[in-house]
Amino acid sequence: MHLVIIGNGIAGVSCAQTVRRLRPEARITLVSAESAYHFSRPALMYLYMGHLRWPDVLPFEAWYWRENRLELVHDRATRLDAAARTVHLAAGPPLAYDALLLATGARTQYYDWPGQHLRGVQGLVSKADVELMADLTRDVREAVVVGGGLIGVEMAEMLRTRGLGVTLLVRDRHYWGSVLPPEEAALVDAQLRRHGVRVQYGTELAEVLGDASGRVRAVRTSGGQELPCQWLGVATGVVPNVGLTADTGIETDRGILVDEYLRTSVPGIFAAGDCAQRRSPPPGEAAIEPLWYTGRMQGETVAHTICGQPTAYQRGPWFNSAKFFDLEYQTYGQVPARPADGEASFWWQHPTAALGLRLHYRADASRALLGVNALGLRLRHDVCDQWLRRAAPVPEVLAQLGAANFDPEFFAQHEPAIVAAYNAGHPDEPAVVLRRRRGLLGRLLSV
Amino acid sequence: MPALTAYSDQPLAHPTPDTPAAERLWLALVALGLLALAVTAAAPAGLREPAFWLGLALLSAGALGWSWWKFGRDAGGVRHDYLWARASTSRGAVAWVTGVALTGFYVVLYWWPEYLENLIRPLDGLSQLLRRRPADQWFLYGTFYTLAVLLMGGRALLKYRHSPYQRVRTASVMFFQLGFAWLLPGVLLALQQPEFYFTYFWPLKYDYLFPGGVQALLQNGHLGAFMVGWGLIMSFVATPVLTYFFGKRWYCSWVCGCGGLAETAGDPYRHLSDKRREAWRYEVSIVYTVLGFIIVTTALLWLNTRLGGALLGRLSDEFSRTYGFVVGALFSGVVGVGFYPLLGSRVWCRYGCPMAAYLGLLQKHFSRFRITTNGGQCISCGNCSNVCEMGIDVKQYAQRGEPIIRAACVGCGLCSTACPRGVLNLENGPREGRYQPSQLIRAESLRILD
Repeated sequence: MHLVIIGNGIAGVSCAQTVRRLRPEARITLVSAESAYHFSRPALMYLYMGHLRWPDVLPFEAWYWRENRLELVHDRATRLDAAARTVHLAAGPPLAYDALLLATGARTQYYDWPGQHLRGVQGLVSKADVELMADLTRDVREAVVVGGGLIGVEMAEMLRTRGLGVTLLVRDRHYWGSVLPPEEAALVDAQLRRHGVRVQYGTELAEVLGDASGRVRAVRTSGGQELPCQWLGVATGVVPNVGLTADTGIETDRGILVDEYLRTSVPGIFAAGDCAQRRSPPPGEAAIEPLWYTGRMQGETVAHTICGQPTAYQRGPWFNSAKFFDLEYQTYGQVPARPADGEASFWWQHPTAALGLRLHYRADASRALLGVNALGLRLRHDVCDQWLRRAAPVPEVLAQLGAANFDPEFFAQHEPAIVAAYNAGHPDEPAVVLRRRRGLLGRLLSV
Repeated sequence: MPALTAYSDQPLAHPTPDTPAAERLWLALVALGLLALAVTAAAPAGLREPAFWLGLALLSAGALGWSWWKFGRDAGGVRHDYLWARASTSRGAVAWVTGVALTGFYVVLYWWPEYLENLIRPLDGLSQLLRRRPADQWFLYGTFYTLAVLLMGGRALLKYRHSPYQRVRTASVMFFQLGFAWLLPGVLLALQQPEFYFTYFWPLKYDYLFPGGVQALLQNGHLGAFMVGWGLIMSFVATPVLTYFFGKRWYCSWVCGCGGLAETAGDPYRHLSDKRREAWRYEVSIVYTVLGFIIVTTALLWLNTRLGGALLGRLSDEFSRTYGFVVGALFSGVVGVGFYPLLGSRVWCRYGCPMAAYLGLLQKHFSRFRITTNGGQCISCGNCSNVCEMGIDVKQYAQRGEPIIRAACVGCGLCSTACPRGVLNLENGPREGRYQPSQLIRAESLRILD
């Protein structure tokens, strides 16, 4: 079997690794125009900030691909001939395949703003993007970033390391309003302020203004304000790359449409990662999941189907993590920005430090845990995952909270304060007794 | 394909980091202090003492002031901006100058100590006070070494103050260097006792258990016998027991003086260690050879003593001299510390230290220690591998959801501190299932070292 994978991002590479394990004899070819070797996309920011060099963000050294017989082709796939089962490349000879995985990723989403094609307006998705950003922000004093999500804060952090003035435009009334409850958003807002980022909430980008040389000189906001800037970062989401499906019969919508086995409408062609759109995702799950973790899981899953072991994509309880400047964020399960009917939410926040924990649960007698948000606290993934899978009651979760503590040794333990806060807020319920602390001695002798 | 190669593998465009005036001021104090010490080396007798103490004062004030200015004024956090863009920390011109100066100091110290006379004499007063004898080149070295650990320890305390683990660990290496590697050996000398280091054990301090060393100690009555017993117990009882419970870190990044210098003065250079598989292969083949060599030599020397010198004659002295030169002076000193700014802070610990090799074997096969990977949270960003001073490619394990159990790991905890997703945690726990990867990620069983 010759498997050709278009794209060497996390979805494509995870698929290649899994197919190699399942089918040691298979021929596997990865095609990428972006970079010769697979790299960590979430690490691009560290290149810009000088924390890491290019070889440092490569998850595997060159020998890995050679020794595992994963053929790398650094070329652009220009056309797909589904009838002839062939991929045409920009420079090299065409590749014939038995199975094809489209893992073409996504690119920056623009919203037809006037002036969006001016020099100095860009997103941050690809390796070329960060290189362009490094290049274009060299003589810049003021920058604007549009988009109140994860990439927007990343861009702001990157720019601040070079001493640029940064204004962040956020559409919602608070940061990441579609995802974060207000308390969490307030902690992120404090980080932004502490690090000198000016944030304008309830503000959208209206127009990009250029100078005579065709470079951005200012933006006009939805409030009519003109903000001078020499660089504009676009962090309003991504759009799947579906160009290769043209004239192939592969059905697309926003992304490449796939069934639960990540199969496209054309036999022998699969799609996974940021470019794939599930036709009928289970309730509460997004059709397109442009995320590192889900890309990895989709890549692993589709590999089984490709190898003749049809496996439906079931990602299990949701999880994600991020870091807002110095503030770490982890989320497990579902924590909506506002509790829906029949749901309740318990929020604990440290009186002075930037630490917070939210338990989101069913408001009925089951008190079943639905999701967890942690800010500045590290939680144990396996423990949270188990709680969510068996819908553990919140009082039990609180009693066992120490089991989920993943903070390093000697860190202050906040479980007693968290449990006390819950009991104080729920006087009509039986008081929760903390049974699982995470003492140093306890772990020293634990068996 | 010009479009593909336009940016391919070129380093990113980094502006030259601007050094603010206030930072320049603090660094100027450091430079003036070093200049004063250089002047001391060639100064006439009357100028010697004032120049020396002025130099140390300026150096100390500058180093601590700079650390406060650089790391002490904000909320605390991982501060690695421009790490790979600054000449001083990315093998640029400043790093080479620093490396040559450090190496030069070691060369003079070992082979031409007479040129350090002007730096040694001002310490006579302190040496008399502590040790009741005049200073010599090794007292100068020990004093500078301790000062470096304390000053740069202050920097580490400020830089990593958001992490209680790093604070406690840094305080520990400062305490052991000052108390057990500087004060106590001095006091012992003042009391006419052997200059014994209670924090160095065989096989690192190999002569403590060589026949010659043991005999010399035993001539000192009860205290000497205690020291021999201490050495035996630490090497063969305490080391396995402590390593079983805590891993190698109880020694390498909490107690040891070499580790103490690496964790403090060497901290700005920790990322320079070589992470490639190639380097790991060199490490394994060199460090266990050194350990094997010490073990065989110790056994042969005792056999020789038993046989009344029939086996090796006076080879014992010869060995001490040769090994002391090659390993003690060249490896641990000149290359180990002198090359900090070029090869990273743990060259000696990684490739040369027999104690590290011994502890590493125990850690790998007989310990409850591991660095746990938090489920499937790794994003392969590489920050953990970058800060690993021992050159472990930590992300190779983290991105597979596997715990990190490597003989080399000294448990400094920086991978856990630097991880932007909170994925890594140093833990002691049951040995059962210690190598078990997380069920939340399908770890590929592709081995990275045969």
